[in-house]
Amino acid sequence: VATGELSPAVHEHHTSTGLDNTKMAMWAFLGSECLFFGSFISTYLLYRNQTADGPTSAELYDIPYTSVSSFVLLMSSLTMVLALAACQRNDQRGMRAWLLATALLGMVFIGGQIYEFTEFAHEGLALSVSPFGSSFFVLTGFHGAHVTVGILMLLLLVGMSMFNRLGPDDSRKVELIGLYWHFVDIVWIIIFTVVYLIPAR
Amino acid sequence: MSQYAEAQEDLELQHHPGPGQYVKIAVILGILTALEVAISYVDALSDVLIPVLGALAIAKFVMVVGYFMHLKFDSKLFRYLFVTGIGFALAVFTIVLVIFFSAEGGPSPGGPGG
Repeated sequence: VATGELSPAVHEHHTSTGLDNTKMAMWAFLGSECLFFGSFISTYLLYRNQTADGPTSAELYDIPYTSVSSFVLLMSSLTMVLALAACQRNDQRGMRAWLLATALLGMVFIGGQIYEFTEFAHEGLALSVSPFGSSFFVLTGFHGAHVTVGILMLLLLVGMSMFNRLGPDDSRKVELIGLYWHFVDIVWIIIFTVVYLIPAR
Repeated sequence: MSQYAEAQEDLELQHHPGPGQYVKIAVILGILTALEVAISYVDALSDVLIPVLGALAIAKFVMVVGYFMHLKFDSKLFRYLFVTGIGFALAVFTIVLVIFFSAEGGPSPGGPGG
């Protein structure tokens, strides 16, 4: 234990619910994340019409472009769940391929978001220009940060698999990171509708 | 892991959808997204735009949570944890709305304080 290696006794713990503690902790964490993003979405809805002298959402948003980004993130959820299915049947190559595909789709999404932010900045929208700008960048920026963390975790899983540190007994690790990944996807489902598709008055 | 936990995990895996079903769900999600975008361009639906888009977003949300995150098949305890978070988020939103609109008569250009 002192060297960082957990003893089998630590691994084979019993829980009062009979459920895995790490999975329980992940669901509790995701529940708290609902509150985190719920607060930012609420703030955006309150300030979306307060553009001061800056550009409005109608002048900025490119719906076809964001639709493609949304589709890319949605499909990354499919590749993530296929990676988990491959892990559970001990298909290491398949799992690595699907994990890499998921990370790649996430990178495409983040690349699209960086491009969008750059375009908006050229149009005159900044964090301090208006309440609309602040709430938009904070909400979508935090979501992008979550996606970036997800990509890093996916690449870590790929690395572990390449060094044979991710066997069929470790499918829980893939499942937990998968839960996190799907969560950033469902947050985007809400953001896409509330921020982009429902027009500001 | 306890025998009960192992049995629980095996039971979960038996009920999880297969790769073919995951692809079908992804296709449905893609179609719903295309529908959302198309609807947002239809002027005739502007009066019902918010409820229709809201319903489609909730449908997509439930499908991802239920099938991809396996909440439909897993222990109800996970569902309670997640739904509690959503409940708190909705409560915060409602409280903020009530405070804003009752104290200030609506958000002003200068923010909550005017």
